[in-house]
Amino acid sequence: MSDHNYTPKSKFGKWFNDRLPLLSLANHLTDYPTPKNLNYWWTFGGILTFCLITQIVTGLTLAMHYIAHADMAFDSVEHIMRDVNYGWLIRYIHSNGASMFFLAVYIHIFRSLFYGSYKAPREIIWILGIIIYLLMMAAAFMGYVLPWGQMSFWGATVITNLFSAIPLVGEGIVTWLWGGYSVDNPTLTRFFTLHYLIPFLILGLVVLHIWALHVPGNNNPVGIDIKKPSKDTVPFHPYIVIKDTFALLMFMIIFAFFVFYSPNVLGHADNYIEANPMVTPAHIVPEWYLLPFYAILRSVPDKLLGVIAMLSAILILAALPWLDTSKIRSAVFRPLYRQFYWILVLDVLVLGYVGAMPAEGLYLLIARVATAYYFAHFLIILPLLGFKEKTLPLPFSISDPVLGGSANLSMAKSDKKEG
Amino acid sequence: MRAFKILLITFIFFTVPFKINSAEKVELLKTDWSFKGPLGKFDRSSLQRGYQVYTEVCAACHSMKYLNYRNLMEKGGPEFSEAQAKSIAASFEVTDGPNADGEMFSRPARLSDKFPMPYPNEKAAQAANGGAYPPDMSVLAKARKGGVDYLYSVLLGYTEPPAGVTLDEGVYYNKFMYGNKIKMPKVLEDDLIEYGDGTLATEEQMAKDVVTFLMWSAEPHLEARHKMGFRAIIYLTILTILVYFSMKKIWSRVESEV
Repeated sequence: MSDHNYTPKSKFGKWFNDRLPLLSLANHLTDYPTPKNLNYWWTFGGILTFCLITQIVTGLTLAMHYIAHADMAFDSVEHIMRDVNYGWLIRYIHSNGASMFFLAVYIHIFRSLFYGSYKAPREIIWILGIIIYLLMMAAAFMGYVLPWGQMSFWGATVITNLFSAIPLVGEGIVTWLWGGYSVDNPTLTRFFTLHYLIPFLILGLVVLHIWALHVPGNNNPVGIDIKKPSKDTVPFHPYIVIKDTFALLMFMIIFAFFVFYSPNVLGHADNYIEANPMVTPAHIVPEWYLLPFYAILRSVPDKLLGVIAMLSAILILAALPWLDTSKIRSAVFRPLYRQFYWILVLDVLVLGYVGAMPAEGLYLLIARVATAYYFAHFLIILPLLGFKEKTLPLPFSISDPVLGGSANLSMAKSDKKEG
Repeated sequence: MRAFKILLITFIFFTVPFKINSAEKVELLKTDWSFKGPLGKFDRSSLQRGYQVYTEVCAACHSMKYLNYRNLMEKGGPEFSEAQAKSIAASFEVTDGPNADGEMFSRPARLSDKFPMPYPNEKAAQAANGGAYPPDMSVLAKARKGGVDYLYSVLLGYTEPPAGVTLDEGVYYNKFMYGNKIKMPKVLEDDLIEYGDGTLATEEQMAKDVVTFLMWSAEPHLEARHKMGFRAIIYLTILTILVYFSMKKIWSRVESEV
């Protein structure tokens, strides 16, 4: 990028930058050319960075007071809520922060799906994102175990038991994961260790994610490449910085509403009952952000196949850049894909809804149909759509009128490839 | 395709309320809680009466292991005076020790002591209550679906079992309890206790007071949280507006819309 011709003004700056080009990096980040037509769906990258940092900072503070021991974990959380100065605030930010993090990541992912941000040349950014998402789920699941309430305990039991579906070695793996013959203190201590580790792995992957982003630059709502950098882009600072800040503040207002006025609405009441291996809760449900996958898991009658289906539902996303055969990125110019996109959104919402319901009767039927549709979307609809769909003409460049002024439209790109 | 989309949306909007209705067949009793809402605070005298109900009635079977006597005088709680809290604590005996001779000894409780446990252990509690363990009430208001409304309803929900329902010895019928069977007998009766402040001790009054007390014990910093939240949201809103206009100004340099 523009880094190469950057020279710090001061003598010391030049001396330092020749040895460690931190100033060049800062210059690259502020000058980074960004498409000027990015809409608010593009602000969630910054929001997610904020979420990650918030989780790490509050998490570190909680870890100073939390005790990872089966006999003391629940008490130590109550100690944080009662006796640690502003402990209630830190814990509620952390617990609701997980939900806000997932809310933001789902918007970020679905933005990418709508505007085709996963397509060439951005496949690596996308795959790194999927790995981050997987790690987020692992971190969130283990974090939910730490308060050692009833849902913590039984959620951990149900999820770790999934590994017993693996033929031959399954039971052995579960015992190995537990560090014993049931979820108990060894399980709690290792989950705490991993819950502490994973966010830093995520942080590292986020750096790679952004690095990979800065090679081709941002995708944008019309999904075409930058033609005239001077007209199509704005420098990241101050344009994108101020816009991201504005969006982040709006996000923080919603966040604050949960933390201060409904801090427990996204959690489960049973998790305020201390873990008891002798009493099973009536319904064991995971946190809301895992419900679609829980629905997929339960919609398959066979345990092993259910686990495979659940994992495939996530891993299939990594193959998306190659499953989507259309060369047109943005759904704005793909009238059919746009319809299927919204059906997929609804399908995932339906899966989330039935995931919270008992797996029986009508709910089970709906879960099965929705699961089948989920896979059909990626494995059948998307590959075919690239060949069948009649896409709309693309504008010539970002700075040319996108819609309306048909005189300015160039059809140069839309019919580039049809099969 | 559009029709299909509309169909799905309609499906969601119709099934969600349907499910919620069928899950909660019984409508919980409602009362006006002073601590609800963005500026909600506890009713101080209700908390003090609630403590009285707890200590004179509930404490016979239910522990509150996360409460210390000092909590009774802390800001945002029942706010007994320090002298009152000390004398409340002193009316209970706790076991301390071992002393220099290696002996355990009994002494009056101090502000730093925890509320005493009614039973020496869980087994003893079960043995005394027909096999059921009276749950610790420290966070009970957050540990039940329906929260304070549920607790209030259960306290007032004792009725004769409907025809055809037979109850075992030591099991009672309750309209609001999950499964309708409860091992706790009906405890609240009008004028069961005599309130120090002269309030009429009706069943509803006692239920409301003790549930308010339980909400405080589950969320001792609720008032601070509400107050801080109100300020935080106002601050964020003003900042958002300022940043919005800064953004408009900055973006006015490029012919693109924000």
